[in-house]
Amino acid sequence: MKQAITGNAGPKVRSDIEVTLEITATGGIELNLKSKVKTMYGRAIEEQCRSLLNYFGIENARLSVNDSGALPFVIAARIEAAVKALTGTEKCFMPEMAAENLYSSSRDRFRFSRLYLPGNSPGMFLNAGLHSPDGVILDLEDSVAPERKDEARILVRNALRVVNFYGAERMVRINQGERGLDDLEMLIPHNVQLVLIPKCENAETVHTIDERIRKIKKREGQNEMVFLMPIIESAAGVERAMEIATAAESVVALAIGLEDYTADLGVQRTKEGRESLYARNRLVVAAKAAGIQPIDSVFSDVGDMEGLLQNVLSAKAMGFEGMGCIHPRQIAVIREGFSPSLEETEKAKKIVIAYRDALEKGLGVVALGTKMIDPPVVARAEKTITLALRLGLLPENWMDVEKSKN
Amino acid sequence: MKLVENAAGRQVPDEINGKEAVPFMGVGKYRPTGRKYAPPIPTCIDYPEDNNKVVGSLKEALVRCGLKDGMTVSTHHHLRDGDLVSNQIFTIASEMGVKDLVWLPSASFPCNDPVIQYLEDGTVNRIEGSMNGPLGMFVSEGKMKGMAVLRSHGGRVQAIQDGDVKIDIAILAAPAADSFGNARGTGGPSATGVIGYAKPDYLYADKVIVVTDNLVDLPCFPMEIEGNYVDYVVVVDKIGIPEKIVSGTTQITKSPDRLLIAELTTSFLEKSGLLRNGATMQAGAGGTSLAIAVYVHQLLKKKGWKLSFGFGGSTRYMVDMLEEGQMGYILDAQAFDLDSVKSIEKNLNHIPYPVFNAYNYHSKGNLTTMMDIMILGATEIDTGFNGNVVTHSDGLLLHGIGGWQNCLHARNVIIPVPLFRDRIPVIVDRVTTLCGPGELIDVIVTERGIAINPRRQDLIDSVRGKGLPLVTIEELKEIAEKMCGKPEKAAFDDRVVAAIKWVDGTVIDAVRKVKR
Repeated sequence: MKQAITGNAGPKVRSDIEVTLEITATGGIELNLKSKVKTMYGRAIEEQCRSLLNYFGIENARLSVNDSGALPFVIAARIEAAVKALTGTEKCFMPEMAAENLYSSSRDRFRFSRLYLPGNSPGMFLNAGLHSPDGVILDLEDSVAPERKDEARILVRNALRVVNFYGAERMVRINQGERGLDDLEMLIPHNVQLVLIPKCENAETVHTIDERIRKIKKREGQNEMVFLMPIIESAAGVERAMEIATAAESVVALAIGLEDYTADLGVQRTKEGRESLYARNRLVVAAKAAGIQPIDSVFSDVGDMEGLLQNVLSAKAMGFEGMGCIHPRQIAVIREGFSPSLEETEKAKKIVIAYRDALEKGLGVVALGTKMIDPPVVARAEKTITLALRLGLLPENWMDVEKSKN
Repeated sequence: MKLVENAAGRQVPDEINGKEAVPFMGVGKYRPTGRKYAPPIPTCIDYPEDNNKVVGSLKEALVRCGLKDGMTVSTHHHLRDGDLVSNQIFTIASEMGVKDLVWLPSASFPCNDPVIQYLEDGTVNRIEGSMNGPLGMFVSEGKMKGMAVLRSHGGRVQAIQDGDVKIDIAILAAPAADSFGNARGTGGPSATGVIGYAKPDYLYADKVIVVTDNLVDLPCFPMEIEGNYVDYVVVVDKIGIPEKIVSGTTQITKSPDRLLIAELTTSFLEKSGLLRNGATMQAGAGGTSLAIAVYVHQLLKKKGWKLSFGFGGSTRYMVDMLEEGQMGYILDAQAFDLDSVKSIEKNLNHIPYPVFNAYNYHSKGNLTTMMDIMILGATEIDTGFNGNVVTHSDGLLLHGIGGWQNCLHARNVIIPVPLFRDRIPVIVDRVTTLCGPGELIDVIVTERGIAINPRRQDLIDSVRGKGLPLVTIEELKEIAEKMCGKPEKAAFDDRVVAAIKWVDGTVIDAVRKVKR
């Protein structure tokens, strides 16, 4: 008898459920329930299992569930995946879309930190948004084992409908090739706001994905633009950075993935990163030329916060405007690193005020003390002020506050 | 025995193990009468002239103390999970054919699970004290002959002092002792730092046995146990397993979600103004509490502030504050890690301070009301801010009360908890077991919002408009139920398996046998 096993169980597993399903010829539904939360939710889990099997038209089956406190959307995803594995049904069971998940994103929002969430680990989804990342990435690519790809996709779909990410940009990293397009089919309708394109090497890939997304959105009668963030992870990708950055209007950022890039070069990835300096410079320049955000690779030592901060500061100095993170504790450090420092803001304030004063007085030359200030310096200071204003580090009326001090 | 409704609306027995019990009457409502219990008057006639009280074995000491059926024997828990003494008492008693003992530990640990066999063979009738793990399970399943009585650390002192329980023999393990019976918690292979829970035992027990693996020359100083209260001294090879007595080092939580709760709690302490120069504070040794201690320490440094004192259980994080100048003194009833044990040995401002003084409600004031900031945990909190620490939502008795009830008398009680554990909501409509009345619990900090008790309008006003995620406790419950679904209640039999005492000795709730 064919059997499908989905989900996870084990001493370290939390908020997940392992489902073992066998479809039988007779005998009705035989349900075997093991759960950490049986006293409080045993009956609810049993009812949910039975009603799901009924929904999928299964009348005779042996179903064993081993539950570690999974929430209902996880249970539904695991059972649907098991049913699909056995019957190949196209039918989907969609949990209700939560009203609070219908917010929208915007092209130029901050993307300082984006938190990777392995797509088949539901326990990590629930509180992800509480740590205030700029984006959450539900990852279907490298963090999901090949044989778990199908069930992860269903789980991610349910998560997109049910889990509150508290305003973080809702991102999905799809798989490469055909599977990636199938990922889009299942996920795009559920308010995905940005798609990460892994191992992107040319504009063609971006076109294919962009067109597919437009088609799905049209079919669903949805209008919002789904943004794209191609990830460059190879020498070929670096060489075509500009082509990729300008491939579609929906591309809002260009990211670099250094593990794969250094592997492609056949060199070790080091903390100093000399081996990837050219690639990172090239990517920043291409992104800036295209008017989009350059985003740096993740920092993989989650215990080393000082190292992370240094890494962020050097990325910022190179022109990057964001970085991936793989642990919630990295978020605050990354945000702090990319935010203008107190000194930067103070200096920018002085320059901008001097510039305005010079304009008012009709002076052709701007000077701060005895130092002449060139137009690009003023432009940079204004960018810093804009950033500080958007981050809430400066009050809107900062100039009045500043002038009242004198 | 019949069940009566107490002032908190809970059905409690009016009689416990054959003795009349007073139902909970409300916080600060019950007034004790009469005089304190007193043990019999001893005389030097009965003790050796050279004052050498060392006898050959624990069995010999127990026999000389007249161990017999129905007696109450007490122990303290500072050897924690490395305790090699307590179980021996019952092995000896079982061999002697003694029946129906009452065990009065200040707490039990997984290493005490072998006592289950002596509960089964009739050597032990019941445990009156904190019960954890399999022992709690054993009781919940209705397998213990007598009714368990759970008391807080301070409630245990109160019960002994008031004569609610009479200790026949106290068996007190000591990391260092002399032949006269003076004893202390520092030094030797099994150092516990302090023996902060043994004082009522040696003051009020009929007979006192000190058990040590480190016999030192007279006088054993500073003496936490005074030799003129001691009958016998027993020297054994080992009283405990050092690595299980204190953890080498206590660790703050690595869970990003718990750290988030710790950050929110610290932010609340700062914005409410509760954390200030000269404040007093107590936090436990749980991972989240330790993280709060670390964040509070950073904040104190930044502001240039100093806490006037902290009350232990001490950890290295408190010791850091003491040594770096952000805490004036540590008053300490138990040391949780090696750094704390060392600190007690070398730092005069790290002061052993028994729970006898700190927690007893039937005394002329105590330490808990002097604490400005109290950080506690809970298994459940309900929408009336009532707290449960002894049972889980499935009804199983799995934790002791510890000092929790006593600490509720602090000026500001703050409970950081996750909104749900696995799928199980922590914020519920009615706690499974009532351990602490809601009027004493002020703030609940969860990862999804901070709920302040409406009785504390002053606290609400102090943080309003300061960017904290304030919610009502009802909202917290709704968020939890929306995510997890509404939990079913555990089903119970009628039989009461454990009584939960309040700090004044009245019965605040009862735990029933779980239905399987």
